[in-house]
Amino acid sequence: MNTVLLLFMVVVVIGIIRAHNLFSVVILGGAYSFLLATVMVVLDAVDVAMTEAAVGAGMSTVLLLAVLHLTRTREAPLRHAPAIPLLVCLLTGSALVYATVDLPPFGLADNPQNQHVAPYYLDNAEKETKSPNVVTAVLASYRGFDTLGEVTVIFTAGIGVLILLSRRRRREMIVVDEGRSKHDA
Amino acid sequence: MMFFAATIAVLVSLGLALVRALLGPTLFDRVLAGNTIGTLAVLTLALIGFVTGRPEFLDIAILYTLLNLIGTIAVLRYFKLSEPVVPAAPEE
Repeated sequence: MNTVLLLFMVVVVIGIIRAHNLFSVVILGGAYSFLLATVMVVLDAVDVAMTEAAVGAGMSTVLLLAVLHLTRTREAPLRHAPAIPLLVCLLTGSALVYATVDLPPFGLADNPQNQHVAPYYLDNAEKETKSPNVVTAVLASYRGFDTLGEVTVIFTAGIGVLILLSRRRRREMIVVDEGRSKHDA
Repeated sequence: MMFFAATIAVLVSLGLALVRALLGPTLFDRVLAGNTIGTLAVLTLALIGFVTGRPEFLDIAILYTLLNLIGTIAVLRYFKLSEPVVPAAPEE
């Protein structure tokens, strides 16, 4: 199941690389996000899957379409050979693959990440935070400051994007007005 | 067993929709294929929930459907608000 889905994702990525119309790239990106979310569900990480579907398939599609609305939909021609970026990608990819060799096997109960603080959370979360959901307790109470920081970052990024988009639109309007007044004169 | 067979069928149609998204001669084919992939992901999710004996996954599947709707609305608004990005689709 996972193999099939991952194979589909590889096919989508190759399609994204080969596509030159940016609109179809956005559509394929949405499809990729849905496939990735399904992989996450198969791996039993339902919350991550939900985030991926909301951010990857929902928000980024909307934002990228808004950006496409302001720019052209054709890819700009390459100015140089893609050899160096390709080399960097291959190096990084092989380093990551090399790093996975040392990882403990997937999903075993005595893996390090299940031995560190997770048993404490499972034993004490309900007693200490009065929340029946351990994930909620960890995110909102034990790692409360961390979550606050994340929310701040996302909020700032959202404000930045809104400012960028609105300024661009206002400038366009000014340009249109100037053109019209010149035409009138 | 039935759910398992259904999962395989959905995966096959996922592959077919993917082929349409990659080959699709017009943009509208790709939009439709992207939307279909979203719907099939929802179906896959529901089926996985039943195969592994956790029908609670249906709630998440509903959320996926809502997100898919948002994506489609964004695409339609884009078509409505911007210049025609493709030569007009041939008359049927």
